[in-house]
Order: sequence, then C-alpha cells, then structure tokens
Amino acid sequence: MDRALQRADAGHGHRKLAVGWFSFTCCEDSTILLAELLNDHLDEWTKVVEFRHMKTLKSRNSMEDLDVAFVEGAISSDSQAEEVRRIRENARYVVAIGACACTGKPSTSRNQFVDEQINERIRWYLDHFDYGRDVKPLDGVIKVDDMVRGCPMKVQSFEQTLNKYLELFEVTRHG
Amino acid sequence: MANRNIVIDAITKIEGNAGLEVVVEDGAVKDLRFKITDYRRFLTVAARGKRTVAVPSFLSRICGTCSVSHLFASLMAIESAQGIEVTEQTRTLRRLAYDGLMIRDHALHLYFFVLPDVLGVDSIFDIPDDPGSLGHTLLRDSFDIKRLGTDISNAVAGAAIHAPLPTVGGFLRNPDQTKFPDLATRLEAVRPQVLRGIEAFLEWDASLVRNSDYLCLRNDERFDFLEGDVLNSNGERVSESRFADYLQYVRIPHSQAEGYRFSDTQEDYLVGALARINLSRDILHPRTRADAADALSAFPSDNIYHNNLAQAVEVLHCVDEAIDILNTIRVADEGPVRDPARSGRGVALIEAPRGLLCHSATVSDEGIVEDYDVVVPTAQNQINIENDLRYHFERNLDKDDDSLKLDAEGIIRAYDPCMSCATNFLKMDLTRR
Repeated sequence: MDRALQRADAGHGHRKLAVGWFSFTCCEDSTILLAELLNDHLDEWTKVVEFRHMKTLKSRNSMEDLDVAFVEGAISSDSQAEEVRRIRENARYVVAIGACACTGKPSTSRNQFVDEQINERIRWYLDHFDYGRDVKPLDGVIKVDDMVRGCPMKVQSFEQTLNKYLELFEVTRHG
Repeated sequence: MANRNIVIDAITKIEGNAGLEVVVEDGAVKDLRFKITDYRRFLTVAARGKRTVAVPSFLSRICGTCSVSHLFASLMAIESAQGIEVTEQTRTLRRLAYDGLMIRDHALHLYFFVLPDVLGVDSIFDIPDDPGSLGHTLLRDSFDIKRLGTDISNAVAGAAIHAPLPTVGGFLRNPDQTKFPDLATRLEAVRPQVLRGIEAFLEWDASLVRNSDYLCLRNDERFDFLEGDVLNSNGERVSESRFADYLQYVRIPHSQAEGYRFSDTQEDYLVGALARINLSRDILHPRTRADAADALSAFPSDNIYHNNLAQAVEVLHCVDEAIDILNTIRVADEGPVRDPARSGRGVALIEAPRGLLCHSATVSDEGIVEDYDVVVPTAQNQINIENDLRYHFERNLDKDDDSLKLDAEGIIRAYDPCMSCATNFLKMDLTRR
C-alpha cells in the first residue's frame, strides 16, 4: 500500500474522497480498466473513496459536491458540452481520463472527413441527432485540472493522480 | 459497450448510453422506444486510406470491453482480403487469447452488473463486507476469475484492452511459454469458483420468455468463437461470406444504432451466449458438459435471463479449453505471415462475447483499405430488445413505474448490450395519460 493510502488507513478522519466517473464519446476502455482495477483495489479504495457517481456500476448516482470528477471521452454535441459543464460546476477538480478526453483522438476522426466521405447514412445521423460541428477534447469545453493519458489510461498515472487527490483532501478512513 | 454498428454500415461501436421511452394510453402500450444514444465516431470511415497493418489496432478502439473481438475480426477480414493463411499455431494462440477475453468480459457483466440484481442491491459497493455471505464470496470469486482472463490476454496478446501483439498474419512476438504452467494451474484452481457462479445464476428465478430466432457461429468440430458458419434455429446455415446478404438493415429513427432482421424469416433474432448455448451446447468442452450438466439441462431456453446463465457456462468452457491449450501447445519461434499486397475484399464473421460480429474490408493493390464495414451484435439484438420490452410492458402495466423501470433495466442488462447499456443505469421516461 502506498504512502497516501497508508496514511488514510491509519487516520481518524470522517470523510471519503467524493468521486464521480463519467464517460462521453469513446470506447470506454478506461472505464473497463477501472472496473478491472477493482479486482485488486476494491476493499482498499472503498475505505477512502466514495464513488458518488458511476453509471457503469451504480443505479443511484449523484454529482453533487464532488471532490474530483474523472471524465472519459471526447465531447460530440452541445448536450454533452452542457452536461460536462454541469460536472465542472459540481466538482472541485476535473481530471481528463484517456486519449479521447485528453486529446480528442481517435473520437475526433470525423473532424477531418471531407464531404465525399460523408455518405448518405452518416449524414442522416449527423442531421437527425444533435451532433456538433466538431468533436472536442475535454479542455476544449471546460477547464481541466489534470490529465491521465493513454489508450486506455495508464494505470500508474491514474493511481498517482488518485493518490494526489487523497493527499490534497487529507482523506482518512472512517474511525 | 456498448453497441454497435453493425452491420452493414456500422461505423462505430455502440455502448454507453441507452434510454427507453414508453407511452401508455388507455391502459395500453401506445409507444415504446428503446434508444441507443451514444454518439457515433465513424471509425470505419476513418479507417479508409490507412494501411492494412494499421487498421486492426485502430478498429479495436470500437469497443473497450471486447476490443480483442474487433481486433481479431479485423485481422481476419484483412487476411481474407489478402489471401493470407495463418499458421495453426496462430489459430490456436488466438483461441487461447479469446478464451481470456470471454472469461474476463463475461465475468465483468455477470458479477459487476448482474450480480447486484441477483442479490437485490444497487451495486457491488453495496454487497456486505461479510465473508460469510454468498454475495461477498461470489464477488471475490469474480476477482480471481477476471484476473485470470486478463492474465491470459496479457501472456498471449500483450494486453487485455487494445492488445499490441496480434498483427496481420500472426503475432509480433511469440508468447513466453514459461508462464503457461502457472496459468493452467490457476485455471484449474478457479474451476470450483466458476461452478459456484453457474449455480448462483441457475438458481436465479428471473424470467422473460418470448420466442425468438437464434443465430450463432457453428463449427461442428468444437465450440468455436472464431471459425464456422452461421446457424439459425431452423438448422439453416449461411457461410460467413454471405452473412451480410441475409441481413435486412432497419433504420430506427429514435436510435443512433441500426437494427437488423434476418431476411429469410423477416423476424427479429437474438445473438449472444444464449444463442450459442441453445444451438451448440452439444459441442462444449467435455469437462464443461459434465460439470455444468444441471445448468445445461435448462437449455434450450427462450428465457432471456438465461443469457446470463449461458455466459456463466461459457466462462467454464473457456477455462477448460484454455487449460487444454496451455498444457499441450509447444510454441515455435514464428513470425507473422506476410504476402505482397493485393486488391481484394475479405469478410470475417466471429462470435464476440455479445454475439455475431462481422467485419468486411476492401483493400487496394497497394495495401490500402478502401472500404470497411462492421456489423456488431448489439445492433442485431436491438429490435429483439425492443420487442421483449414491449411484450413485458403489455403484460405488466399493473405494476408501478419503479417496478417497471427495474424490470426494463433487468431485461436490457440480460442482453449485455455493450458496456454502458449493460450498466446499472437506464434513462427512462414513462408517460401515463
């Protein structure tokens, strides 16, 4: 167990880090990876982290008063941009997770399509649903405090980032 | 996950978000819309103009949870277009890597998404930390099972998600065989835990029975996810190269995913573990057939919730097949088979965890991908899902809204429609007038 978790485990605090996990336009590989990390970390993390919003694993979710929002995926539409702004308003810190959120790629592929590539069926989707003109990385829409890069995210980088915020919020385990 | 494109023009994978709108008027279901709401990324369009060797890795990004399925389907489609015959060792190693995928992917769905329903809790975070409780035991079982799936993928393909080692013609690097005995030992040790899971899903009494046509890949030699012809409930077979011709594309105005009917029946149909076990349980691994006999006696089944039980049985089959391969293979120092580029079109039809997956690639004589199509399982199941929901709602309007929402989520989740749809979340608006 690393230093931050050791300290949290040994402490006498009364709160957990309130975390939200959100996915937008992507393949959700980092969400899958996070779920697999729970094989080894579920007991350890649930002592110090409250997964307050995580649609992948929970029906009852809230994004109120998040300490950290982890956001995966690129932003494809005004409605997604609106949602991610709401996340920003409800979270003290926002971390972009994975290549699509950090750089937009490969979800931004359609930004480079020339017209002849947009066949009738694609155009129908673009016209019929509320696609934005361009797909954007997360920091093209909101302020981002940290990035965990990789496709999928690099595990070590994610763990370092999580520990950074456990330290920052001086989270300790329920006594 | 979700979902996907499938078909004939499926350009991106669909997973993530789904919604349901139901309108009840005068005590009857007037309108029901199951909506896949993920935004498309049009990756198959973006694949055009790329070199063949770059495309499979790119298209594995269609799906985070079954990326290995898209990777292998793409490799096989391009190999078919290029006339490349891979070695027997490559075919066997792909089967082994695929066993790892199925073990991890099915177990994630069964234990992280469905098990809370079985236990009557909201999420895995709500399973009591009580070593004496079944939920606690099953959840810990899942850690061991999923870890093994990932470790098999790591050993053979370099990673469980967006694996770097499989390439056109074979593998960039041969696996380290010294890791195989330990994997085989661990797989043998995990069998009782897998059987405990099968028992739990067999005892779960959730039920929704509606007759459906089933489609799956059938290889008469063995229960096979990667090679075979398409078999339907009537015993008719279609070769992989003709599969797309049999699909009738259906545009669904309220969904960002296509739907499909099978054109010889004009009916909805179901793909996935339930179809595979219904139609091919006779050729499961002998150890699986023996030790999961009680569960297999439930099949053939038209209960959509038995898709979960079928997945649990497939986990055991993949454990047993992987043990055999790990114990018998002798890995030679092979490089990938590569031939000069040639123009052609190739089709690969395989079983992804959620059902039939079709990739087709058109390649120029310079080795450039000119056109690409994907048909994914969740798109094929979409009409079936909507019809199942309608069937259930029409017969259960006496239930309150919350109960109906729970039922709807359970039905949708039973299909395991790629990641996000299979999560414990469904945006649903129910309007009563």
